[in-house]
Amino acid sequence: MSGNLTLSKIVKQKSISITEATRRIADLGWAPTYFEEILKYPTDYKVEKAPKDPMKQVLRSYFPMQEEKDNRVYGALDAALRGDMFRNVEPRWIEWQKLFLAIIPFPEISAARSMAIQSQIAPGEDLRTGFTMQMIDEFRHSTIQMNLKKWYMENYVDPAGFDITEAAFGKCYATTIGRQFGEGFITGDAVTSTNVYLQVVAETGFTNTLFVAMPSEAARNGDYALPTVFLSVQSDESRHIGNGHSFLMSIVKEPENLDLLERDLRYAFWQNHAIVDAAIGTIIEYGTKDRDKNKESYAELWHRWIYDDYYRTYLLPLEKYGVKIHHDDVEAAWDRIVKKNYVHKVAQFFSVGWPVAFWRIDGMVDEDFEWFEAKYPGWYNEFGQYWENYEKASLPNQPPLLYLDQGYIYPHRCWSCNVPALIREDFCVDEVEGELYTYCSETCRWTHKVAFAAEYNGRATPAMGRFSGRRQWEECYHGWDLADVIKDLGFVRSDGKTVIQQPHLHMEDDKMWKLEHFKGLELRSPLMDLRAMSPEEREKHIAEYRAGFTIKPI
Amino acid sequence: MAQSAQKSGAAGSSTFSGSDSRRYNYFEAAGRRATVYEDVTVDVQPDPRRHLLQGWIMSFADGTPSYSEDATVIKCSDWHVYRAPDQEWERTHFQRQSHIENTIKMVVDNARAAGAPDRFDKNWVSVLENHLGALKHAEFGIGIALTKAQRDGVTQMVNNTMLTNSSYKYRLAQDITLYLGDIGLDIDIDGDAGKKTWLEDEAWQGVRKAVEAIMAATDYIEVYFAVNVVYEALVGELFRSGFIMRAGAAHNDYVTPAVVSAAESDYQRNLANTVSLLSMLNGDAEHGDANKAIMQGWLKTHLPLCTGAAEQLQAVWGIEDNDDLDFGSVFADAKDKFRSILSAIDVNLPEGTSL
Ligand SMILES: [Fe+2]
Ligand SMILES: [Fe+2]
Ligand SMILES: [Zn+2]
Repeated sequence: MSGNLTLSKIVKQKSISITEATRRIADLGWAPTYFEEILKYPTDYKVEKAPKDPMKQVLRSYFPMQEEKDNRVYGALDAALRGDMFRNVEPRWIEWQKLFLAIIPFPEISAARSMAIQSQIAPGEDLRTGFTMQMIDEFRHSTIQMNLKKWYMENYVDPAGFDITEAAFGKCYATTIGRQFGEGFITGDAVTSTNVYLQVVAETGFTNTLFVAMPSEAARNGDYALPTVFLSVQSDESRHIGNGHSFLMSIVKEPENLDLLERDLRYAFWQNHAIVDAAIGTIIEYGTKDRDKNKESYAELWHRWIYDDYYRTYLLPLEKYGVKIHHDDVEAAWDRIVKKNYVHKVAQFFSVGWPVAFWRIDGMVDEDFEWFEAKYPGWYNEFGQYWENYEKASLPNQPPLLYLDQGYIYPHRCWSCNVPALIREDFCVDEVEGELYTYCSETCRWTHKVAFAAEYNGRATPAMGRFSGRRQWEECYHGWDLADVIKDLGFVRSDGKTVIQQPHLHMEDDKMWKLEHFKGLELRSPLMDLRAMSPEEREKHIAEYRAGFTIKPI
Repeated sequence: MAQSAQKSGAAGSSTFSGSDSRRYNYFEAAGRRATVYEDVTVDVQPDPRRHLLQGWIMSFADGTPSYSEDATVIKCSDWHVYRAPDQEWERTHFQRQSHIENTIKMVVDNARAAGAPDRFDKNWVSVLENHLGALKHAEFGIGIALTKAQRDGVTQMVNNTMLTNSSYKYRLAQDITLYLGDIGLDIDIDGDAGKKTWLEDEAWQGVRKAVEAIMAATDYIEVYFAVNVVYEALVGELFRSGFIMRAGAAHNDYVTPAVVSAAESDYQRNLANTVSLLSMLNGDAEHGDANKAIMQGWLKTHLPLCTGAAEQLQAVWGIEDNDDLDFGSVFADAKDKFRSILSAIDVNLPEGTSL
């Protein structure tokens, strides 16, 4: 008997075909008859057609494939250490990873939670396996990123900021933007959050900038670890994009879904732009030391990935199903990036806010100026003096830049996207349910007032979510002494005096800012001040704010 | 004019305040030193009770924030204390799942190459296509229930423990599906018979009812409790270990037990996670007694469904005229196990309930 058992016979053993396997796996589900599944997370969409699974993958091959990917990642991390990667890495770059890697694991795991919601609303069983794999993928992404961050903490010269990472994520003035992003995947209308905001826009549209542009820039800064992890993460993304498209195709055929889809694509596109471009644009353009003029700027990358690949080849074809795509929003986002200097203004905001950051923000120097001017003509005129000031005020010989007579006015926050209203001329305000709010743009105003409401276009939308809670970070510390704010944030090093964040990369204790340098400076919430004004004062303030500011030399 | 800033990015290349702070310092490790699992898991989902300065900034229309402690009726003084004993994070999870898949593939390939399925009794083949075939749907249903449950906990540790449990159930459901498909290339097996049995065969209707009750439950702790404390002990493991694994050997089938056996170690791990969580909840100084009473209430729903399911499933044992396969004794073992789980989490049977 065992004589027949040759190696070739075992190796050649045929398995059930993948088509038949996926057919049978799709048939594992059934419609319950004894107890009805209750929709815990409702939607206002009509979801009746069962989506199809385009990926045809089974766990038997999925798990070994993922394990193999992991082996490559962990092998590469070991190799990076053996190759002494950290001796040649750019500290400017790694510092920004304290911010990026504080943010990203939460949206990742939120995407896993999102699958709980989507799998309950998707009729039929075909795509349930796809949702399951996405859930497990996102668990992978979140924990592999936490591990990468731990690895940076263990091997990079200044671990402070990595060591408080998740506490900082919950508290920082910048990470609030990332929390808005992650909460958007799991809260409110089940289709809006899981399918449109997460899959159709974030994953299909914006993951290239997150997970492909970041790795390239990392490599240019001597960081070979981030590319290994994030390209591995990105390789799972096509599955999620497939899930998203398949689900979208199942709802787009219902005419009564079209106006909700128009609303949600509009909200999701604009908010993804506002959030992802703020964070990733800044990190890529201002976190790098590589000033090769042949490389693409963030604006160029955006045009290729978001404008050409995503807008023209993914969004536009949806029009044939009757979905209204807001071309003007895409153009407006593009204008914000190339004409209105969105990314540069975010970098300016992050850097002027360094006293409440938890990473070091390196200043820009001559080589940087040159590159920016080449890539974004006119840059020096608008931002040069600011960065000259930043450099001048980087050692603790005077108060932090924001508190000097230098012209920059601390911005209002946008109630929708949570990024401040940095393009001053687009600043707007509105009242929602009797309360005054501030916005970075008309579309963000619309998002809060019109999209996230109990009705839309005359129809009730009881499943829609709300923007709520203490959304405005500054409000938490309105009227506080800056030193107390930093202490409360916990952004203090182990000696109890030196702060984690520094506006430079000097590692000598005597060049580092300490709590005492922030005493007597006040932090205020622009929104609370605005609300406290008389109508006339307010009108004047808004006009002045829209007129902008001029940076003066310090 | 720029002063010479740091050149090397390597640890130890400079010494200054904080330069040796090389551990995540915002949570308390359960042991002496944080494990990798803790490092990559704790506080990734923030909480207004810990570090989340602004609270949640989105809500549902009724004002319920993105995460809410009210997603379960269970109360806990500090949900963040929980650590899953299996300590799974992505790397260990994929290693274990991949190892199981590869092992099953090897066992099945070898067995098929040796012509093992040809030697299964005819009668046994029909048991496999119908009853093992029906089991895969039960496992899948439990997987769905746990996928939905992993949305709602207020800590990453609680949610991820349900997520990995769900992943194990899907793997098992697919393992059985593919196994029946693979041996169906060698012997005559109707791959769709199991679904029909699951939906229509009287013996399985109790199981289907018990599983559907779990799928319909909206309280995520109830789901986790019902799955691992009640259903798996009294129905899932009973059928896998008390029938498939035992009867297989008697029919010259050493392959099927090997395919199903991974599920038993899956369950031991998931049970350990569950007992650890529920013990924490029931040992809570402030809420423990109320929690126990709530779990007793859940028993009133799920216990009769599961014991009923087991008794109805007894018919499958009847197909076999094998004296070693006495339903009464394996069910008695299952009840013992169930009792020991209850005592581990300190929950009593509801008044007037007998097993
Ligand atoms: Fe992801
Ligand atoms: Fe994803
Ligand atoms: Zn905005």
